[in-house]
Amino acid sequence: MCQAGEGMDKQVAKDIVLKALYEVAPDLEGVEVKYDADLRRFYDIDSVDYLSFIIKLHKQTGRDIPEADYPKLTSIDRAVAYLAEN
Amino acid sequence: MRDLPVIKKQRREGGVQPNLQHYDETYASFSWRDLAQELTRGHADVGADSSLNIASIALDQNLSDGRGEQVAVRWLAAEGDIIRDFTFAQLAEFSARFANVLRGLGVCASDVVCTVLGRIPELYTVCFGTLKNRSILCPLFTAFGPEPLRMRLDLSRAKVLVTSRNLYERKIAPMRSSLSHLSHVILIDVYQEQILLEGTQSYGLLMAHASPVFHIPPTRPEDPALLHFTSGTTGTPKGALHVHQSVMVHYATAKYVLDLRPGDVYWCTADPGWVTGTSYGIIAPLTVGVTLVVDEAEFDAARWYKILQDQKVNVWYTAPTAVRMLMKSGEALPQSYDLSHLRHAVSVGEPLNPEAVLWSQRVLGRPIHDTWWQTETGGIMVANFPVMDIKPGSMGRPVPGVEAAIVSVVNGVLQPITEPNVEGELALRVGWPSMFRSYLNQDERYKKCFIGGYYLTGDLARRDADGYFWFVGRADDVIKSAGHLIGPFEVESVLIEHPAVAEAAVIGKPDPLLMEVVKAFVALKSGFSPDEATRKDIIALARRRLGPAVAPREIEFVADLPKTKSGKIMRRLLKARELGLPEGDTSTLERPSAVTDLALQSGQGVATGGSR
Repeated sequence: MCQAGEGMDKQVAKDIVLKALYEVAPDLEGVEVKYDADLRRFYDIDSVDYLSFIIKLHKQTGRDIPEADYPKLTSIDRAVAYLAEN
Repeated sequence: MRDLPVIKKQRREGGVQPNLQHYDETYASFSWRDLAQELTRGHADVGADSSLNIASIALDQNLSDGRGEQVAVRWLAAEGDIIRDFTFAQLAEFSARFANVLRGLGVCASDVVCTVLGRIPELYTVCFGTLKNRSILCPLFTAFGPEPLRMRLDLSRAKVLVTSRNLYERKIAPMRSSLSHLSHVILIDVYQEQILLEGTQSYGLLMAHASPVFHIPPTRPEDPALLHFTSGTTGTPKGALHVHQSVMVHYATAKYVLDLRPGDVYWCTADPGWVTGTSYGIIAPLTVGVTLVVDEAEFDAARWYKILQDQKVNVWYTAPTAVRMLMKSGEALPQSYDLSHLRHAVSVGEPLNPEAVLWSQRVLGRPIHDTWWQTETGGIMVANFPVMDIKPGSMGRPVPGVEAAIVSVVNGVLQPITEPNVEGELALRVGWPSMFRSYLNQDERYKKCFIGGYYLTGDLARRDADGYFWFVGRADDVIKSAGHLIGPFEVESVLIEHPAVAEAAVIGKPDPLLMEVVKAFVALKSGFSPDEATRKDIIALARRRLGPAVAPREIEFVADLPKTKSGKIMRRLLKARELGLPEGDTSTLERPSAVTDLALQSGQGVATGGSR
C-alpha cells in the first residue's frame, strides 16, 4: 500500500485499475477495452458502477480520492495516470 | 410518522410570480377544453377531426409566436468546452428534413421509429421529424443490453432504428438478422458512404439530400405519437402508447408544475431513453418556448453546479438519485457557485426523501419540489406546486384537470377510500389527455389496469387531511431503481440462461442512493459451487445481456427458493426476509426450507447440495 502523495509504479497501478474494473463490470473481462476510451460513454459503466469503481480503487490503495478528482479517472489510462502521479 | 417541518411558502414580493397562484381556485375552474384553446392560440377546437400535432405545437408554433431566432437547444459537449446552439427556426427546418427522410424511406404514419441515442443534438431533430411524419417515436435507453433492446424492437415492430455507430456495433449488429421488422438503421455519426456498415445508412447523407420543407399532414388528437416501454411483474415489457393530444398535459404541467415561461433557461437531467427525458426533456418545455440546456456528459457534481451557474438555469428538473449524489459531494461545493438564477427546482423518479428536500432548502436556498407520475400517465399527475407549502416526503396534490383517489378493490369492485391517512392504491379518474391508449398488442393487460372508470396505478399511497398524497410502495413486485422500473421476470429469464443457475428470483433491495437495487437470489444446479468465480460469471452474463441498469448488482446463493403450492416463486417473501419484516401468511408455501431460511437470515449464501 502506498502513502498519499507518493506515486505508485505504473504496472502496479494498471493491475489495480483493471482488477477494480473487472470486479465492478465482470462482463468486460476478456473484452478488448480501449485504454483511452471513456468507460462511461463506451463501455456501459453507469454512474453507480463508476462510484463502485472509485471506492474499490480507494480500498485497494488506501488513498483518498476526493470527489473533485472523480472526473480524472474516466478511462483506464487516466485512472492509471492518476494513481501513478498522486 | 416523523414530525418534519413544513416548508412554508410566502407570496413573493415583486418580481416573478408563479404561473399558478391559487391552487384551489385553478383546480376547481380548470377545463382541458380551455387549456386546448390557450395552447393552440384559439385556433383549434380539439374535437375528433381537428388537427393537433405535437411537433407543430412544441416546435413550429414558436416560429409563429416570433421565437424563431431564440435558442431552443443549447448543447454542451461531454468533452472540450464545446457549446452548440440551435434556434427554433433551425430545429423546425432540420426536423422537416428528417420527416422527408422518413417519407423518402417509405416510413408511414403509425410506423414505429426507435431511437437509441444519448443526449446529442440530433435527438431533437429525429424526435420532431418523426412526429411531423406522424410516425410513432419510441425512445430506448442506451444502457440497455442487447436483450432488452431486442425485446423492445421486436414488440414495437420498429421499422426504423436511429442510433450511433458505437451502440450499433456493440449491441445491434450481432442480432440484426433476427430483427425481422426492422427495415432501416440510421447511424448518426457516420458521414461517408465508403465507411458505412452493411445494412445501415448515414444520417448526415440522408439529411443533406432531403428537402427542408415539410407540410405536416392533418393529425388527429387521437393519432398515436409516442411509445414508451415499462415493466410489469411478469411477462414481457409493456409498450404504453400515447397520442398527439398528450401535448395538452405536457403544456399544462410545464406551465403549472415546472412554472416555465417563454425565454426561461430550463435543464432536465433525465435520460432521453425514458419517458421523462422525452416528455419533459424535449416536448413539454418547448411548448412554452424555453431554451433547453442539454448536457451530453454523465453525472459529475462540480460540473452540474457549474452548468446551473454558467447557463443561468432558471428551472431545473432532476431525479432523487441525482440529488442524493449531490448531497454526497458535500455542502461546501455548491457554496462556490452562484445559483441565484435558479427560480424553481423539481424532481421525479421515486419519492424524494425529506432529508433531500431540507438539504436543498438549506444548501441551494430553495426546496426541490417532488412530482409523481408514471409511463402510463404520460405526464405529471401529482405535484408540489411553487405556490404550495411543501410537506417534505409528500408527492403533493393533483395537477389541475387530474382527479386522483385512494381506492381499494374488493371482489372486483372499486371502493374509494375517503378517510384521511388510510393506505390504498393510487387511482386516477379516466379522462386526462395523456393517458396511455393501449399496451401495444396486449389488450388484456391494458384492460386489467382499469376498473369503475379509474386507472389503477399499481402504487400504494395515502392522502392526508390536507389533500397531500404520500407514496407508500408498489402493489406488485416491480423494482424501482434510480427512477426506472425493472421487471423481475425480465431479469430472471436471463439469469436462468446461465449454465450454473437452476432457479432465480429477483427483488428490489432498499438502497440509500438508488431507492432500490436489483438483488438476485440464485439456486445453483448440482456440481456448481457458490463461490466468487460463479458469482462474477453470472453477473457478467447479466450485464452483457441486460445492461448495467437492469442487471443485478448483488447475487445471493440459496439452496432453494420459497414457492407457493402451485410452484410460483414468492418474491414478496424473499423481500420481507431481506427487510427483516414479518413474512405474513406463508400457509400457501410449498416447503419452507430450513436451510434456506438460515442462509437468508444470516445473509450468507449456502451451497446447494441436493440435486434438482
